[in-house]
Amino acid sequence: MEQSSKQFTGAEILIRCLHEENVKFVFGYPGGAVLNIYDAIFHQDQFKHVLVRHEQAAVHAADAYSRSTGKVGVALVTSGPGATNAITGIATAYMDSIPMVIISGQVPTYAIGEDAFQECDTVGITRPCVKHNFLVKDVKDIAATMKKAFYVASSGRPGPVLVDIPKDITAHLSTFKYPETVQLRSYNPVTKGHLGQIKKALKLLTEAKRPMVYSGGGVVLGDASAHLIKLIQALGIPITSTLMGLGGFPASDKKFLGMLGMHGTYEANMAMQECDVLLAVGARFDDRVIGNTEHFLSNPRTIIHIDIDPSSISKRVKIDVPIVGDVKSVLADMNDIISAEKPTQNTAALAAWFKQIEEWRGKNCLSFTQSTEFIKPQYVIQKLHEVTNGEAFVTSDVGQHQMWAAQYYPFDKPRRWINSGGLGTMGVGLPYAMGVQFAHPEAQVACVTGEGSIQMNIQELSTCLQYHLPIKVILLNNRYLGMVRQWQEFFYENRYSESYMESLPDFVKLAESYGHVGMRIENPSDVEGALKEAFSPKLKERFVFMNFLTDQKENVFPMIPGGKGLSEMILAENL
Amino acid sequence: MRHIISLLMENESGALSRVAGLFSARAYNIESLTVAPTEDPTLSRMTIVTSGSDAVIEQIIKQLNKLIDVVKVLDLNDGKFIERELMLVKVKATGAFREEMKRMCDIFRGRIIDVADGSFTIELTGSGNKLDAFIESLDKAAILETVRTGASGIGRGDRILKV
Repeated sequence: MEQSSKQFTGAEILIRCLHEENVKFVFGYPGGAVLNIYDAIFHQDQFKHVLVRHEQAAVHAADAYSRSTGKVGVALVTSGPGATNAITGIATAYMDSIPMVIISGQVPTYAIGEDAFQECDTVGITRPCVKHNFLVKDVKDIAATMKKAFYVASSGRPGPVLVDIPKDITAHLSTFKYPETVQLRSYNPVTKGHLGQIKKALKLLTEAKRPMVYSGGGVVLGDASAHLIKLIQALGIPITSTLMGLGGFPASDKKFLGMLGMHGTYEANMAMQECDVLLAVGARFDDRVIGNTEHFLSNPRTIIHIDIDPSSISKRVKIDVPIVGDVKSVLADMNDIISAEKPTQNTAALAAWFKQIEEWRGKNCLSFTQSTEFIKPQYVIQKLHEVTNGEAFVTSDVGQHQMWAAQYYPFDKPRRWINSGGLGTMGVGLPYAMGVQFAHPEAQVACVTGEGSIQMNIQELSTCLQYHLPIKVILLNNRYLGMVRQWQEFFYENRYSESYMESLPDFVKLAESYGHVGMRIENPSDVEGALKEAFSPKLKERFVFMNFLTDQKENVFPMIPGGKGLSEMILAENL
Repeated sequence: MRHIISLLMENESGALSRVAGLFSARAYNIESLTVAPTEDPTLSRMTIVTSGSDAVIEQIIKQLNKLIDVVKVLDLNDGKFIERELMLVKVKATGAFREEMKRMCDIFRGRIIDVADGSFTIELTGSGNKLDAFIESLDKAAILETVRTGASGIGRGDRILKV
């Protein structure tokens, strides 16, 4: 009784909500509109506040914390420029369906709409790139709003939720009681899949001559990896994965054909094109995944699609057997039916199908010519995989290095591969590594990046110093915006318009100026030794910045040119 | 094909812009959009007239359902329904026009709701087609001003959209 009549400021209530949600880390940056909140943070020690150097990095770090743990990531920014700086991070998380709660300060309620200092319409600006957002107008609404925010962010198809809180609301007094449950009449995400549809899907899969599974980020986000493995082992059918789904099924398994899509393997793309029954799990037939839609549909096949979001189904490709539901629950139901009914399969056809797949695999599409003169970026990633025993958390930025990391670092576990798939945000790599390292302080965390991307959030070297984060940066430095240069080479007759990176800093000195270890690696023969040293016990506690000067002209293969179909890949010259 | 979509949503600030923003962000057509609170003041009812292929309409319905503030969505074209729109037209009413306007108004079952020295204001209710037909039957030079509400729709018989 006494407890419930005690008065708290809005800021204190907000902090208590975060405690109730068991939040361990808040990534943020203070400012005028959130001063009351920061004062309340000063008086608590239940969660750690991580001070970044730019709000974009706060949101990316919270995003990666979520990607690597499955928990809701939390970021805190001030009004106006604090919120606008956060937008790229929010949009990145939204495109990849990452559960996050972003708290933004706002000018006092009485000043809203008067173009006050550091005012912007945060709810309006973020509306198209959040799952939902709220403007809190009464201190009494803070607790219920926060409860809703965490619930909406983490349920159904997850996504970022923003809560905008005016400064006066954080000073007003109210009692505090955190709601135990939350109910929204307008929001009831489906979990269980339709059993009839699931049975129909299984019948199609077991009777198929050329079955294929295509798994996406939904398997990772839905923690459905174990169920997917069980299904694939029971049916013994081939599987490919999107960029976002890597690790959802172990890459070392023979049934795994590698990543598909624009830079997917020959065998994955061919099998995707030629299969007669396709099961898509938590994937969305993205333009980078299936290439030209008409070309994809020119081969007849029956498509089954499991997704928690009904709007993902039949959005780009007409689906024959839609199953709306949580992928984990649907896959569990499938496994139960298989165990109970032990369906017979067309084993002769399946053997022939695998024979065909092995033929495609025989192309060895990821082979590359090693050089004694230049460091091949693919080789660096292969060595990184060896040195870290394939156990590292790997974050990447966006571009050629991202594709090489995806192709040459096979992931056997989910939530180890952290990158911006949907929005393709350059600059995520370093803040992503920070978020992952906070979540997994003992783990090896490698940030594979390029000299273009790393400079988009290079200021975070300072944050890494402050918190002693032992991240290893693997910079594949080719002095080009490599992916742009590759497209210009292929489609713009080598007109390298603005894709050359001049005036690069001395990355070794730069790292050292922040108190980190810097390395410059120029010879192929030094690659392995340098990586071993960086990951050795001697440097276990240190942030190491490895500047690999790589072959400037290397391209990413296979490649499906824009507008072309899955089977119209360009392969490396040696193939 | 033209579709009329009815939806119930939380009567909260920002809900309208979520719907309008969805249509512009995903490049869906909006022919008209009307919204007002219902007999339950916590709910607003919106009628959207849009057009698109069956696949696009299916996506529009799914995307609307996905908005957290949207409680229920109904594509009226999935069954029988009634559609009405209200129009106010201010027309020139001088000399011979005065009698002509009165007659046209009667033919279309409109009502003259304001009479001034040189003009009438006519109120007309009906389907969008009927309102179009009325405008087309008038001498363009006689039309001073028009205002239309956009269509409202409701299902026939026991087709009811309610929480």
